Amino acid sequence: MNENVLISLRNVAVDFDGERILHNIDLDINDKEFVTLLGPSGCGKTTTLRIIGGFVEPTEGDVFFDGARINDLPPYKRQVNTVFQRYALFPHLNVYENIEFGLKLNKVDEKERRTRVKEMLEMVNLKGFEHRSINRLSGGQQQRVAIARALINHPRVLLLDEPLGALDLKLRKEMQVELKRIQQSLEITFIYVTHDQEEALTMSDRVVVMKDGVILQQGTPQDIYNEPANAFVADFIGESNIVDGIMHRDFLVEFAGREFDCVDKGFGLNEQVDVVIRPEDIKVVPSISGQFSGVVESVTFKGVHYEMIVDSCGIKWMIHSTHAEEVGSLVGMCVEPNDIHIMHKMEEE
Amino acid sequence: MFKNKAVSLPYLVWSAVFVIVPLGLVAYYAMTTKTGQFTLDNLARVGQYAPVIMSSILLSIIATIISLIIAYPLAYIMSRSSGNTQRTYMMLIMLPMWMNFLLRTYSWMTILERNGLINRFLELFGIGPLTMINTPGAVVLGMIYNYLPFMILPLYTTMLKIEQHTIEAAQDLGATPWQVLSRVIIPLSMPGVTTGITMVFVPCISTFAISRMLGGGSSMLIGDLIELQFLGNTYNPNLGAAISMVLMVIILICMAMMNMFDEGEDKEAMLL
Repeated sequence: MNENVLISLRNVAVDFDGERILHNIDLDINDKEFVTLLGPSGCGKTTTLRIIGGFVEPTEGDVFFDGARINDLPPYKRQVNTVFQRYALFPHLNVYENIEFGLKLNKVDEKERRTRVKEMLEMVNLKGFEHRSINRLSGGQQQRVAIARALINHPRVLLLDEPLGALDLKLRKEMQVELKRIQQSLEITFIYVTHDQEEALTMSDRVVVMKDGVILQQGTPQDIYNEPANAFVADFIGESNIVDGIMHRDFLVEFAGREFDCVDKGFGLNEQVDVVIRPEDIKVVPSISGQFSGVVESVTFKGVHYEMIVDSCGIKWMIHSTHAEEVGSLVGMCVEPNDIHIMHKMEEE
Repeated sequence: MFKNKAVSLPYLVWSAVFVIVPLGLVAYYAMTTKTGQFTLDNLARVGQYAPVIMSSILLSIIATIISLIIAYPLAYIMSRSSGNTQRTYMMLIMLPMWMNFLLRTYSWMTILERNGLINRFLELFGIGPLTMINTPGAVVLGMIYNYLPFMILPLYTTMLKIEQHTIEAAQDLGATPWQVLSRVIIPLSMPGVTTGITMVFVPCISTFAISRMLGGGSSMLIGDLIELQFLGNTYNPNLGAAISMVLMVIILICMAMMNMFDEGEDKEAMLL
């Protein structure tokens, strides 16, 4: 076992009302790592987080913290703190008292409490808000209080359950940068739950993609984006064209009515596969010089690029390009072998 | 749309006719003699009933405290259970209230009597008979039995508003179950506590039926005293009005004390 591993889930399963919502989760989280659990709602990511926080006891399997089994350790005995989805601040306490709460429970003396709360307020940019009632804070400010409150006890791990979900886009981006800065300066482990793929890619050292209570893939953001394990991951992480294909032999795939060279191998002979191509990887060229061609159906301006839908023999391709083509015009398309990702078909549910 | 004033007019008339006027009449009777001359004698005579007033206050306080102790955990458990369980609890609490108040209290007489259910049961084991009816204890029991729902309901309503996440946040920060109770649940349920106390204490202190039926002659309360002046042999509405006024003042003082206690919370709530 890796020496850096701080938390391990071994074969963890959870049942709710007789229904299994988490299947055999195996997950190691390293010390000082920023890990994101990413997936659509109901995929089990929050349940996984609550197991680590101590709010859900696994039906099967074991949870280890620093080598010790902590399955039935109550939350208040764990060196883990949580930033809850809707902040869950104490409505009867002001900003200062909310942040101080954990220190008071640990019987830290008054003088030290004051310096540590002050430090925290500075760290989350809330100096001067000490005596504000929390009902008079904006969403972003409440969020900062929740983070300060969770960090005051110097936990070894901070759990964050969709902490930026309620904020507007601009504030969310600011907080992403700020959270990453806090994590790096404090050198503690962050486990972050989100359904926002961009958030996951921006902040994480490692992304764990989940669906229906199963881990589909884990790896660095680059790995997950460039080498998605299956069509679901590809589609969930960024936008993708996913079409049916047939793998004729190693390095040769057929889709959209013709054969393409590719870089994947190890599939069965003539296996039915999913072919995944990122919209930015399709080059638009004059129709005669393309590998295949189609008619432009729509063009949408997206700021940095145009999003075009091109119909080629019934298959609609999404293409991102900095040049807009005329709607109704015939265009050619090219894809590099490197950009064609071949995946085994997912089992139908 | 109606103007606010126009809509509130019927209520204003109603309160003038049925609240302000009767109150004025009580004050008038309290400060006049039978022949209608001004006097403070009636109010002065209330002093001689100090023991009755004191025992009323004492029994009501005991009943209120015990109700709070019984209702608090129940309200908490209710507020944390599933929707169906909550509805069942609610039904069980409301059901006795659909029966007539006097009937319910009367049934306690047959239970507590010398030849009542409890004593007959104890007899099987050779114990008793115990004197239960016609004691202050029986009066307190009657008060708790009748007014407990008025303690449970406001507590339950405020506790419903405490989010499970808030409790989890406290546990997460290192609060033991007792600390969660003392630092989060109790402070957040204070508005329910004060409402519950008011709603139990006030009817307890002014009751007369319960003490009459379960207390016999043993513990006369303010309510009995007032009733005697109006409907009893000692017919003296002027004294009765004076005692009523004193009772109102006592209740007002109690409520003011509660409000002072509750003020901090209110300020916070106002900011919402």
